[in-house]
Amino acid sequence: MQRRTFLKATALGGGVALGFDVSRAEAEMRALKIARTTETRSICPYCAVSCGVIIHTLGDKSKNVKPAVVHVEGDPDHPISRGSLCPKGATLRDDITHKNRLLHPKVRRPGSDHWEDISWDDAVSQIARHIKDTRDRTFVAKNAKGQVVNRTPGIAMIGGCTDTNEFNYLQWKVVTALGVPYRDTQARV
Amino acid sequence: MTTQNLEIRRSSASLWGEKTGMRHLPVVSKFIDTTTCIGCKACEVACQEWNDLEAVPTRQTGNYQTMPELDAEFWNLIRFNERDFDGGVVWLMRKDQCMHCEDPGCLAACPAPGAIVQYENGIVDVNPEACIGCGFCATGCPFNVPKFHAKTGKMAKCTLCVDRVTSGLEPACIKACPTGCLQFGTKDDMVALGHARVEQLKGNGFANAVLYDPPGVGGTGVVTVLGHGDHPEWYGLPADPHVPVGVRFWKSVLRPLGVVAMIGAVLGAIGHFMYQGPKEPRARDGEPPPPPGA
Amino acid sequence: MTNGWVDIKNADVILAMGGNPAENHPVGFKWFMEAKRNRNARLVVVDPRFTRTAAVADLYSPIRAGTDIAYLLGIIRYALENKRYHEDYVKLHTNAPLLVNPAFTFNDGLFSGFDPAKGEYAKDTWAYQLGGSFAKTDPTLQDPQCVFQLLKKHVERYTPEMVEKICGVPKETFLKVAEVVTSTGNPERAGTITYALGWTQHSTAVQIIRTGAMLQLLLGNVGRPGGGVNAFRGHSNIQGATDTAGTFEILPGYLKTPTGPWQSLKEYLDANTPKPLEAASMNYWQNTPKFMVSLLKAAYGKAATKENDFGYSWLPKVDGNYSWMYIFDDMYRGDTTRAGGKEPGPEALITFGMNPVGLGPNSKKMVAALAKQKWMVVVENVETETSIFWKAPKEYEGPPPSQVQTEVFLLPAADFAEKDGTFTNSARWLQWKWKALDPPGQAKADQEILARIFLAVRDLYQKEGGALPEQVTSVSWDYTSPASPDLGDVLKEMSGKALAEVHDPNDKTKVHTAGQQLDGFGQLMDDGTTMCGNWLHSGVYTEAGNNAQRRNNADPTGLGMFHNWAFSWPANRRIMYNRASADAEGKPWDAKRPGITWNGEKWVGDVPDMKPDAPPGTYGAFIMIPEGVARLYAPTFNDGPFPEHYEAVEAAVVNPLHPGVTSNPAFKKFTSDKDVYGTKEDFPIVCTTYRLTEHFHYWTQHQHQGLLNELQPGFFVEIPEGLAREKGIENGSKVKVTSARGQIQGVAMVTRRLYPLKVDGKEMWQIGFPIHWGFAGDPGHTGPLANMLTPSAMDPNTWTPEYKAFLVKLEKA
Repeated sequence: MQRRTFLKATALGGGVALGFDVSRAEAEMRALKIARTTETRSICPYCAVSCGVIIHTLGDKSKNVKPAVVHVEGDPDHPISRGSLCPKGATLRDDITHKNRLLHPKVRRPGSDHWEDISWDDAVSQIARHIKDTRDRTFVAKNAKGQVVNRTPGIAMIGGCTDTNEFNYLQWKVVTALGVPYRDTQARV
Repeated sequence: MTTQNLEIRRSSASLWGEKTGMRHLPVVSKFIDTTTCIGCKACEVACQEWNDLEAVPTRQTGNYQTMPELDAEFWNLIRFNERDFDGGVVWLMRKDQCMHCEDPGCLAACPAPGAIVQYENGIVDVNPEACIGCGFCATGCPFNVPKFHAKTGKMAKCTLCVDRVTSGLEPACIKACPTGCLQFGTKDDMVALGHARVEQLKGNGFANAVLYDPPGVGGTGVVTVLGHGDHPEWYGLPADPHVPVGVRFWKSVLRPLGVVAMIGAVLGAIGHFMYQGPKEPRARDGEPPPPPGA
Repeated sequence: MTNGWVDIKNADVILAMGGNPAENHPVGFKWFMEAKRNRNARLVVVDPRFTRTAAVADLYSPIRAGTDIAYLLGIIRYALENKRYHEDYVKLHTNAPLLVNPAFTFNDGLFSGFDPAKGEYAKDTWAYQLGGSFAKTDPTLQDPQCVFQLLKKHVERYTPEMVEKICGVPKETFLKVAEVVTSTGNPERAGTITYALGWTQHSTAVQIIRTGAMLQLLLGNVGRPGGGVNAFRGHSNIQGATDTAGTFEILPGYLKTPTGPWQSLKEYLDANTPKPLEAASMNYWQNTPKFMVSLLKAAYGKAATKENDFGYSWLPKVDGNYSWMYIFDDMYRGDTTRAGGKEPGPEALITFGMNPVGLGPNSKKMVAALAKQKWMVVVENVETETSIFWKAPKEYEGPPPSQVQTEVFLLPAADFAEKDGTFTNSARWLQWKWKALDPPGQAKADQEILARIFLAVRDLYQKEGGALPEQVTSVSWDYTSPASPDLGDVLKEMSGKALAEVHDPNDKTKVHTAGQQLDGFGQLMDDGTTMCGNWLHSGVYTEAGNNAQRRNNADPTGLGMFHNWAFSWPANRRIMYNRASADAEGKPWDAKRPGITWNGEKWVGDVPDMKPDAPPGTYGAFIMIPEGVARLYAPTFNDGPFPEHYEAVEAAVVNPLHPGVTSNPAFKKFTSDKDVYGTKEDFPIVCTTYRLTEHFHYWTQHQHQGLLNELQPGFFVEIPEGLAREKGIENGSKVKVTSARGQIQGVAMVTRRLYPLKVDGKEMWQIGFPIHWGFAGDPGHTGPLANMLTPSAMDPNTWTPEYKAFLVKLEKA
């Protein structure tokens, strides 16, 4: 007797009546969660391998949708990373969506022990005033040797590790415009 | 409604799956080469991220390993082991997860109809709708894999990303792996890859390199290259895993009789709940509970 | 990196030293494993710790932290002694034949020209012997004053026994490493060296890296596929930040920042346009005037005219050092001496995505310095230690909040996914990323935040005047949307465009009319008819479009070059110095791995690092160097033309080579009350700091319920088993680590992966801990700052802090 025939015979012989499942098993698998997400090509912000990542956002970018990141995965076309990621890259969704992100400009006033919310317009105009005051007060037109140096030693400006090239360039222009000599970046440390 | 996606080869506590015999799919397998694993844990979190699993609270206890054992929210775990070898030290890392046995002890042990299934392509999966959370599958598993999920009352383990595989994608852990120590393909291809790598290792001073694909469970859907094949225990692997005798007995002798077995299983499950409650996750090697907010 | 990430697959031997690439660059490390799998390459790891990289290495050697120069000079000596160097390459492509001034000497740890009072070298005795304007040479390498003979003499002391004595590595292990590494000293094989912060963060950092480069030159590995000297940068865009003048001493494209003495553009250009030192030197920096004038046109637009030196006088001029440790030293002291006179130090700090309290050495000094500021602007994703320095825990010894008069603005910035623009990877590829979604809440892209602040300041100067208002108002800000510049517009400006009709000097058929994007820096002019914000980036955005967006991953050479994927500076070249991949006739050393090849008419293969139609022999292979060849002897550095082993600033032993000169003589200690240094008597254990693959700097531990905090939940101290036994420390228990600057506590991780060392006959221990934690972060995932313990010590060339070797003591907590 073939195994299959035997099993059938056993089942017909009373399997159903005895509470033993003879129906075809159901197996509804989880649907592919990125089947209809929007894919955006990006570059991982962590180390300098610069792996290609695909950011999957909710919806199809139509007007009535607010995109939210539902998944980040490696870009298989990227010649260096070929779809793979390290644990940091594999959890980039956390980096974008976690609850400790700053959402509002804040200011801590002199002597205070807490933050206060401030509007963007107020923050920008107060910062601009500080910059001008400090620059005007500390500006060195000529050094001790009488050479024209046009610098503002009162301000230091440091730039980060995940600034785009374009931002770095704009920041250099602003540093140049303000005459800031104290200037450094993550690359040093 | 049944899925058209994958035929079921075997189903727990059932007389047959839904195999129609029409479709013939190649059996798939993961490949793990422990000699190129750097223990980066990308696989650990790629799995959690894909499967939308929550972070498990952990604390630093003097080890690189994320947690002592697998968890219902943590389906693959790199096991780190330091050993003295050849006048120096070796630091071994192996990705531990469901081995997707050809002859799955979990499925054999499971009393709930259709709760554990083996698809035609070899993937062994838990169907949460049918799972009753009794934990019998864990006793049937020679690798200590299925874990009880306290929130859902179900058992959980690696699905081999059956949702991805069915859609033509590789499992999330495989895709993420930076060094290529994880690969994915048909079982035949992965075994061939494994044998080729073992040969290369033997030429490079790993005289005892082996491909771990234990026959006691009919072979596994995760084949593993071990540099120190004479010491599978260095990697946290049993030397010769088998489906436990009790489970084997239940499956091969009692189950065809149907009646006795089914009643026994149901009673067993009820009894388990009545006297022990749902299965708890294994204690974390005597660790105190995690700090609040962790 | 001289080469690329994928190119590592072409190596036969990989020496990973001064870095832990499996930990810090796991995906780049893929190509190490490909080399092992497909070429049966040997991976050699030399590291104070048996790391994740060591776990998959073919050969591991321990080393005492900070003794890399001794180790590498030992390998160089081994190569010279056993003729395991690539002689034809050395004669053709290095300065081995050049003759050095007989006045150059090296005695008892000091090179000639040292001024003990200043702690500085005068470099004039280090010069070459000149015949006319060119250096004299001896092609036979026999002259005792030729670089080759001087090098042989210099490394004679670095015997395997001396390496064992200094580095604490058994001689047998060292010899095995030397043998494998020097197996590439021939045309048939190629080897690469990869390093990272384990080399750069020492008081001898530049000389360590130079020693690695010298070894690669002797082995003939520079410029070749599968070769090179490959620095793995630790962040997504510090390569770009350096290229784009993120540091005080350079303008975009590594042009020097003007100093007080260079009062006019002519003085600047005369001082910075080098003369060739060999007949065959292309001396590419002779184009400095074209790069500089085009940069000034980009910076000042129409305001830059020939008559006003293209605005040169508006550029701020520096006098002395304004780098990281000086910023916070001058801030802490309140003033500084510049050009012989007193000037104020910084009273304010603007920081975009930087966390100096976490990042800088000697955390207590950082907190104390920030507490003296009048105001500060922090632009960030999360609340960092820097933004809340005013409420740092008491062990940081800052004043209470009520006494901190600093006004702090904390502005929410967009994350990487919420803005577009380019990052430059370690292999110099500029890759565009597309924006996926808007920033959350009121967060804004950093370019918008910067632009709004700048425009508001400019408004104030236009309305009110003030100190030299033209410096502020003359900078061009000619963007379609000035308050939020389009980064494509900015990239166009950086890449460069014609301002009048421009004819390509090498190809008269190529004409660009005013407003058109140029093809590359070969078309830049020194008369104001072109503008270019960064000559190195020239060609990234041409009339054909934004090349950083290219996504064709075809690899016809099979060597992993990918010329149609993104854009690699300079000129889309994938391997730097690739002329050295070929012999005197222009034939590749290894036909299976050609870099470039002379086909009788032109160079083919990679984009040539050479004039494309210049036959072999016309120019030396190193076109940026006035000698035209690579330097085994470099008379330009601040601490000597040859590397020499010096102990860390906090020295664990007296230097066995010259007890009178233990540490780098060119390093100057800082002198404020916060700058204290420990001795080996009080702090007998060598300590190092590092990263983990599961975290990113002081960043990911902020992720609430983040998976990375699950993988590595908190701070720990790695302790060798023997030391733990000695101190009665159990794995998982609490320990205290103390340096001269502070104390931190953490969980002990007792391990066999830190070997006991025998240094100069004495047993010695090393410990280490990761850097990722601090007092800001998600509750439950805060911890001590590693930099609480690190010293105010640095390399005298790059001024990078010495985080990798300092002294501590260890106790049970």
